[in-house]
Amino acid sequence: MSIKLEHLNYIYSQGTAYEKKALKDICLEIPHGEFVGIIGHTGSGKSTLIQHLNGLIRAASGELYYNGENIYQEGYSMKELRGEVGLVFQYPEHQLFEIDVMTDVCFGPKNQGLSREECQDRALEALRLVGLKEKYYKVSPFELSGGQKRRVAIAGVLAMRPKVLVLDEPTAGLDPRGRDDILDQIAYLHKESDLTVILVSHSMEDIARYADRLIVMNKGTVMYNDTPKKVFEHYRELEAVGLAAPQVTYIMHDLAGRGLKVRTDVTTVSEAADEIMRVVSQYK
Amino acid sequence: MDMVQTEKLVFEYEKRDEEGNVIGTSRAIDEVDIDVKEGQFIAILGHNGSGKSTLAKHINAILVPTEGTMWVNGRNTSVPEELWNVRQSAGMVFQNPDNQIIGTVVEEDVGFGPENLGVPTDEIWQRVEESLKAVGMIEYRHHSPNKLSGGQKQRVAIAGVVAMEPKCIVLDEPTAMLDPVGRKEVLKTVQKLREQKKVTVILITHYMEEVVDADKIYVMDHGHVVMEGTPGEIFSRVDELKSYRLDVPQVTLLADELRKRGLKIPEGILRKEELVEVLCRLS
Repeated sequence: MSIKLEHLNYIYSQGTAYEKKALKDICLEIPHGEFVGIIGHTGSGKSTLIQHLNGLIRAASGELYYNGENIYQEGYSMKELRGEVGLVFQYPEHQLFEIDVMTDVCFGPKNQGLSREECQDRALEALRLVGLKEKYYKVSPFELSGGQKRRVAIAGVLAMRPKVLVLDEPTAGLDPRGRDDILDQIAYLHKESDLTVILVSHSMEDIARYADRLIVMNKGTVMYNDTPKKVFEHYRELEAVGLAAPQVTYIMHDLAGRGLKVRTDVTTVSEAADEIMRVVSQYK
Repeated sequence: MDMVQTEKLVFEYEKRDEEGNVIGTSRAIDEVDIDVKEGQFIAILGHNGSGKSTLAKHINAILVPTEGTMWVNGRNTSVPEELWNVRQSAGMVFQNPDNQIIGTVVEEDVGFGPENLGVPTDEIWQRVEESLKAVGMIEYRHHSPNKLSGGQKQRVAIAGVVAMEPKCIVLDEPTAMLDPVGRKEVLKTVQKLREQKKVTVILITHYMEEVVDADKIYVMDHGHVVMEGTPGEIFSRVDELKSYRLDVPQVTLLADELRKRGLKIPEGILRKEELVEVLCRLS
């Protein structure tokens, strides 16, 4: 099971003066069960790319296969695909609209044609998965905090039981604790319910902590596609395209530059602490 | 001189039921005293719902206190006759640029503010050009704003405020939607404005790394100011910050971790250069 993109191209406003090639010859494969990070400067094509994954926009040319089936072939059910690939947009809480949390989360499964009881079961399961307390289930979503609203919005997608969860900057605008809570929850879902996760983020620190593999987009093309460790070794190239490495990676490079024999392929705080302790204890 | 000053500022809003009847009040800000001097760089931190954005909206009189007083550039924001003076002194940049861009062409959008202030046409164009250069968007001056990416729009929104030449700029999570370099550019732009135009800057953010150069940090929780001090003072209180759902810069976290493991590292390290220096001396 996988998502496979072959020579995918997409052009905005084709045939007008503002014609812009947003995606150029994208070839990618995302196997089932992976936690994939996508980074790229604003306007690099990340959001355009992920909207192809559940068929919201159709490529100008190229093919997209979901579990071996070409989604552009005649008779392919986009509705089914959208049940399999759940997309959480930027600021998803802006899409909440129902009178209470429970009803809002039921909206997705209701549209899938499930019975009232099934919808309720799905919603309860999803709300538990995102860790929202039961006392909020009958509250208007508009009375919740930013972090809570976002959980409800994510639950709304999870209630459709997708196999693949795609999230476009799910932590933008959240306080540090809210950021950690949401990402820990997603990591938990990934592990426990065998969910493929595709996470678009501007936080290099978050990506380094959670992703197995990192795709770097630049001007509509795939620039890197490798483990975070390998990708962040190219920190100078990343800077040239609007990105960066996590702050600790820079510290390790500076230390190495000053003659300390530390490894520089370090991307998280705990790794950095281990590595510095290892080297410092050798000097004693 | 004081640019922004509050005295026991309270903001209450009414809670209503489905029929619109008032069922109680809720205090978003509870007796807050802050004091910002001209030219200072002030940061306000706090979790979602702590009251920081509500406080920010008082600075250019989008909201006025229900109790207590807010002065901006010496003017009481509760006095209706002062409204335009207050808004001319303090400009605001919000998190989502889509809500603050109104022009159909970038340069028109940036010119909208000064035009409303009655600035002569020649000077408007001069200000538009300067502001767009300051935010690195001059090559997009003839573009349509809705064709820009989120980060580019945000820089246009900042240019729009800069073009009004306010004495004080309040930025409410201006970098929340930007990529790392976009974030750096916005912060550099803000820094440049401070140096060249002596603008007072009040920055609200969830990125701890962005406030290490602030003159003073206020931490808000449940409508109160619960911590106040220099970045060094604030970020050496890691556990307290975490109890307010906040964090410290990654370099401070690493320094803290190394100290716990027995290395002799001073508290309050905020920049990677400081940590590298300390570690090189240790080994």
